[in-house]
Amino acid sequence: MGEDTESPKINHTFLRDYVTEADVISTVEFNHTGDLLATGDKGGRVVIFQRETESKGELEEVGETGDSGEYNVYSTFQSHEPDFDYLKSLEIEEKINKIRWLPQQNAAHFLLSTNDKTIKLWKVSERDKRPEGYNLKDEGGRLKDNSTITSLQVPVLKPTDLMVEVRPRRVFSNGHTYHVNSISVNSDGETYLSADDLRINMWHLGITDRSFNIVDIKPANMEDLTEVITAAEFHPHHCHLFVYSSSKGTLRLCDMRASALCDRHAKLFEEPEDPGSRSFFSEIISSVSDVKFSHSGRYLLTRDYLTAKVWDLNMDKGPVETYQVHEYLRSKLCSLYENDCIFDKFECVWNSSDSVIMTGAYNSFFRMFDRETGRGVTLEAWRESSKPRAVLRTRRVYNGGKRRRGDVGVDSLDFTKKILHMAWHPSENIIAIAATNNLYIFQDRINPETQLQ
Amino acid sequence: MLRSVGYLTVCSFSSPAPQRDTMFPKGTKRKFSDSGEEPVSSGDQVPAAPSVATRSLTSSYSLQRQSLLDMSLIKLQLCHMLVEPNLCRSVLIANTVRQIQEEMTQDGTWQIMTQALAAAQCPTDRLVATEVLCRQTDAAAQAGQSPKPFSVGGLEEGYHAEEVVMEGDVETEVTMSTLAPVSPQLSSASYLAGPFVMGPCWDEDEEEEEEEEEEEDGECEEDEEDDSEDCVSEGEEADRDHLSPDSRTGEQVFGTFEIKHPAPPPDPALEELFSDVDPSYYDLDTVLTGMQSAPKMGPYDLLESLSSHGPTALSSSSSCRSDLNELDHIMEIIVGS
Repeated sequence: MGEDTESPKINHTFLRDYVTEADVISTVEFNHTGDLLATGDKGGRVVIFQRETESKGELEEVGETGDSGEYNVYSTFQSHEPDFDYLKSLEIEEKINKIRWLPQQNAAHFLLSTNDKTIKLWKVSERDKRPEGYNLKDEGGRLKDNSTITSLQVPVLKPTDLMVEVRPRRVFSNGHTYHVNSISVNSDGETYLSADDLRINMWHLGITDRSFNIVDIKPANMEDLTEVITAAEFHPHHCHLFVYSSSKGTLRLCDMRASALCDRHAKLFEEPEDPGSRSFFSEIISSVSDVKFSHSGRYLLTRDYLTAKVWDLNMDKGPVETYQVHEYLRSKLCSLYENDCIFDKFECVWNSSDSVIMTGAYNSFFRMFDRETGRGVTLEAWRESSKPRAVLRTRRVYNGGKRRRGDVGVDSLDFTKKILHMAWHPSENIIAIAATNNLYIFQDRINPETQLQ
Repeated sequence: MLRSVGYLTVCSFSSPAPQRDTMFPKGTKRKFSDSGEEPVSSGDQVPAAPSVATRSLTSSYSLQRQSLLDMSLIKLQLCHMLVEPNLCRSVLIANTVRQIQEEMTQDGTWQIMTQALAAAQCPTDRLVATEVLCRQTDAAAQAGQSPKPFSVGGLEEGYHAEEVVMEGDVETEVTMSTLAPVSPQLSSASYLAGPFVMGPCWDEDEEEEEEEEEEEDGECEEDEEDDSEDCVSEGEEADRDHLSPDSRTGEQVFGTFEIKHPAPPPDPALEELFSDVDPSYYDLDTVLTGMQSAPKMGPYDLLESLSSHGPTALSSSSSCRSDLNELDHIMEIIVGS
């Protein structure tokens, strides 16, 4: 090739380390069947993946059952554009904060996507046929000369290449003054809620110019503001119940039958503070970053900075289970406060049978906890260890005690590699993990189907 | 047993770039300036609050607390320079400051600190804010990298560089009388209020001067507009001797998170601002030949920054006088928008 074999290799590390900020994934969500997986990124784009279906014959030979866990790109579209608030001279980010799918009612799929300010309803439909043989138009769409038409024909549908069309069907704007952090579709299939830092609104999917304000915690004087809403979700079965979490670590269950404005909670879930471990960071680390109802509707899963907690709806005195995600960070809180990592918002998810919970951590690690045994495992979403079909090995963070090979020291953790967003397939053991601009999909081949209790 | 099915990269480039600072490199201990006593063993652990009796005795604890307070105040001041404004983060930091303040008030150390600062030189107060706010890069990154506590004493190095500019600006006090950042009475209005309240106004003056030479930086302008509006409202409250930072910062900090819809009510702060402007400003000659004299520097720059955002910012206020629109027009010509 004419290259000097002795010349030093070109250093491509600067290329490898460069990541377009816009490609950072900011939300991941499976649809209700798990066939589609949507991701939103900081650039306002939504990418939808579809699960590949392999023929059963191939798989049975290999000894594995079920569809392959492969997901391929199905559609990509620009959901939100950058906006500018001229009066405050502030940019409104196009970053997609949340995506939620609607339950499927016909051949088309619908999803809601939101940035800081505006929620949009998108229709995703397939077209694989087109009509041919119009009477008045020719193939190019031009009108035919009437005199050339001598007979009538019936247009027929001919198959074409699959086209996926995505169209905005509704735009729900001007509903929020503060930044939208959550959206949640109601089980009634007609309404959904959107929550920002201080208010929660309820919308009808068909009506864009009006919404009901159901929670408002904005104080009369903004100087008195000490608490914000961090997440909100509708109950999976009861259309009148929803929960919202706060930056003070409280959960409020609200019943919309009680009153139009649900400022007064039906139930308040709060864990009493442990006076022994109080520090200046106690409040910050108690702030709930995500809340999820279990599929059964009986439990709540919350994530604060150091732990994941499971709450029983029938008991508001405290969580029924507490899982330490990265307790080794407790002594580093001051540094984490300094570099702002203490404000990172991790998500948490249930598996389909509510027997396992999962949440993210640093250094591309994520944690899974088995609720029956109480044991947790640390896994890594990192390309070097994720060749296709490779078995994921468990990792460990070393923080004193006996050190094993492969353990990572606490001071070696990379705090720029955070696993914030993730999703679990609704019925199978397939998980999607977002790591910056990469999407990892893992499948449990040994137990692909979740055993229902 | 989990198997990897594969990974899908959204773009062709792979490894994530560092978005934030990593932790301190191995072995680096947080440096607290004085306490020769225990080098905190884990490096940066804030110990659980000891009882009131022992608290004031442990100088290392109070140093750490002070350092945390300084850090929090700077974070609050600079939150409008973040890429993503985050109300939750600001509320949590403000709560932390409040908590420290309460504890220090119980200790009695709060009084001591405010009195000490009252005796401090005024320029130094301003310096704290200036030095901090003139940092170009991400303040959080700066904070993460610098192990020094942010104290007034630690910023002496920047003093001389800033001196010239500050002296020139002293005269601007005349016009911005409602702000009065230099008045000795106000400097006693708490160390906390100093960097909080005076900072943004101060920084805005200097940034504008730089800006005249450089190209307009969208982000810079954002700060100025926010700061100018906030400054005026803060200034009005400056007469009340509030010691708590949140009474003023609440509006300043939290006010910037609202996504305002078109046609807000007229801003009384703007009126107040313009009421001090010398009518000769509307004279094109005056404007084109440059500053009349130093005292007029402040509002002139403020107007420029405001109008460079486009006429809508000002004209939406129905209480603005018609000659202001004329001034707008003049500004547009000058700015060349």
